[in-house]
Amino acid sequence: MKKLVSLFMIIAMLLTLCACHGKVDTMGLSQGSVFEVPEEFDTSKNYEITFWAKNDTNLTQVDIYKTAIADFESLYPNIKVNLRLYTDYGKIYNDVITNIATDTTPNVCITYPDHIATYLTGEDTVVALDNLIADEFYGLGGSKLLFDSPKEGEIVPKFLEECKINSHTYALPYMRSTEACYVNKTFVEKMGYTLPEKLTWDFVWEVSEAATKKDAGGNYVVNSQKVMIPFIYKSTDNMMIQMLKQKGAGYSDQSGKIELFNPATEEILTTIAAHSETGAFNTFKRAGYPANFLNAGQCIFAVDSTAGATWMGTDAPLVDISEDKLVDFEIEVMPIPQYDTENPVMISQGPSLCVFNKEDKGEVLASWLFMQFMLTNKVQIAYAETEGYAPVTIKAQQSEEYKNYLSRSGEDNSVYYPVKIDATKLLLDNTDNTFVTAVFNGSASLRDAAGQLIESVNKSVKRGDSIDKEYINALYDEVKSLYRLDDIKSKREEGSMGALPVASKLLLAVIALCWVCMGAYVALEKIQKRKFKEKC
Amino acid sequence: MKKIFALLLAAVMVFALAACGNETTEPTEAEVATDATEAATPVMTHAEYMAAPMESEVTVETFVQGHQSWWDNKITVYCQSEDGAYLLYELACSEEDAEKLVPGTKIRVNGYKSEWSGEIEIVDGTFEFVNDGETFIAEALDVTELLGSEELINHQNEFVSFKGMSVESISYKNDEPGDDIYLTLGYNGASYEFCVEVYLTGVESEVYTTVGTLKAGDKVDVEGFLYWYEGVNPHITAITVAQ
Repeated sequence: MKKLVSLFMIIAMLLTLCACHGKVDTMGLSQGSVFEVPEEFDTSKNYEITFWAKNDTNLTQVDIYKTAIADFESLYPNIKVNLRLYTDYGKIYNDVITNIATDTTPNVCITYPDHIATYLTGEDTVVALDNLIADEFYGLGGSKLLFDSPKEGEIVPKFLEECKINSHTYALPYMRSTEACYVNKTFVEKMGYTLPEKLTWDFVWEVSEAATKKDAGGNYVVNSQKVMIPFIYKSTDNMMIQMLKQKGAGYSDQSGKIELFNPATEEILTTIAAHSETGAFNTFKRAGYPANFLNAGQCIFAVDSTAGATWMGTDAPLVDISEDKLVDFEIEVMPIPQYDTENPVMISQGPSLCVFNKEDKGEVLASWLFMQFMLTNKVQIAYAETEGYAPVTIKAQQSEEYKNYLSRSGEDNSVYYPVKIDATKLLLDNTDNTFVTAVFNGSASLRDAAGQLIESVNKSVKRGDSIDKEYINALYDEVKSLYRLDDIKSKREEGSMGALPVASKLLLAVIALCWVCMGAYVALEKIQKRKFKEKC
Repeated sequence: MKKIFALLLAAVMVFALAACGNETTEPTEAEVATDATEAATPVMTHAEYMAAPMESEVTVETFVQGHQSWWDNKITVYCQSEDGAYLLYELACSEEDAEKLVPGTKIRVNGYKSEWSGEIEIVDGTFEFVNDGETFIAEALDVTELLGSEELINHQNEFVSFKGMSVESISYKNDEPGDDIYLTLGYNGASYEFCVEVYLTGVESEVYTTVGTLKAGDKVDVEGFLYWYEGVNPHITAITVAQ
């Protein structure tokens, strides 16, 4: 009996310890319960849902959201969708985090998988969509839907895969883009170069250095102006991530192991520093929008999203500089520079959609219906046409309407603006060459850290610092600390439950000591009994 | 003896449960941006500041005229002295200190001179309060007649006014109230871009609500800070509609 009691106590104590930490996986993410789909959507009940959306400071996109909402509400009169608009992913991210704390998250939200990974550190915040996607009535292509939803197999598999975190699907892709290098071909040729079929880093650096040449009057020879930044990169986190990927160097693995601080990174930073010092390279954060410099004839290679194509070129439909500053030039839309042109790689980016959990399952289902509606052909094609985006469904990509749109490049400088359509085609032709980085709790910080390395080096060079081994090591330490990357590392290394507090470790030792004492006591008692029997 | 053991075990288990709770650590003072940094370079006049090369370290003493909303231990501040104005972009600042940055407050700022799309500003800055009793609030300088001239940029970041402007168009950044308002005003046959920066004015302010009601052809006087974005792009803080 005593043995049974002891065994029970041991099990109870172990269970107690196990239960102390939340249900967290090896990536530090909470595993929300998979949503159980209601059998029927209650159309007699009214639902009011909120949709936090992002636009690229492009009012046509705003109109498309509004039209989509109106169309959806006419199909489901019992669902009202309130739209809240943002022009910045970071602001949505911050607002969602703030609202998780107060349990006032939106119902549907434009997001990035990296951000979802952070949201998932909360309990049951984001709905795992697996059951919803598969539901025969309300799932993708479901029989009870009031609109022509794409089936699961009609979403570009690569894009859907990007929305999986730890084997669950937490989002649906909404639009996809990549980065493009918008080139002032006129200037390249003026300097005696010929654009290769595929850009290499060596070519871009060489031409950029050549473009820094000034005349006796202090004007740049290539443009006869006082300002020339030959190579401007908009997103330096993308720049670092893609350069590392192209080199086959580490960034992070799927489990969240950080590999960013490696010799290839140092080599990249040293190269960038050298070109920053001569004035051949700068970044959006330190100079301004690449499009503005490109359009003013003050930049030759402008790397920005394909979703920024409508701002690029002399005839761009969206322009931020005054007309007198615009210069005439021939523009070429090319994939980003590569180290190995035989095996090009480029980032896949663009907004996805997620649904936040609510107590009322009907409300979640209403949100899911709206989210699916955003993947219908009308919405997909209309939104993709606003920028160099690609629709995320094969159904939309292969529709006659979309093919017709692509075929009419150059008919005008608005809907059929050729730079925009070229940028879209760049992604459609390279979908298989795109990649995404691993998603885990902290991956958003790691991305920021990757960009910060370039920003810091660029800033330091321009302030006269020399970039040597000592500088790089100090920078690594600073960036690790700034983005708390050691916290990510230690969480991962110390197991799925995270490190036990010191107090718990001490108490475990005390418990072990107690059991040793108990054992000793029982043994002593047995010896005494045996001695007593022997005496008898 | 057995009772003592049982009691000991029970106590240990209770302590173990308590110890397993998540440890939360509040940010310490050291993690919050410092507000008191000794000037690393001598205090400059505005002329010296303007003459300093880009990306060089600068130190100025100046007076707060307005600021955008505080966020993440950073704040963007519009400052002016008798001899010129400064924009302090994302100055390191605690929330507590942000509340003290009222118009007229004198501060010493150390940072780096930088340019972004034509706007000359101090970045990566830190500051300390200068409690010498001195205070300064700028009067709006009427620069209407300088519109279109090369002289206008000499007043960059100053608190200025434009009078007798004609409204050409207004548009919300997001097509609806809640974000910045872009305002195009005409004068002498030329058009100029103005902005109601929502982080500066808020959506409840008089200027925000008034601008939202403007129609093409309205005549207005405006006041604000002479911000630059690819050309003159004042951040307006007050508007008067001619009756």
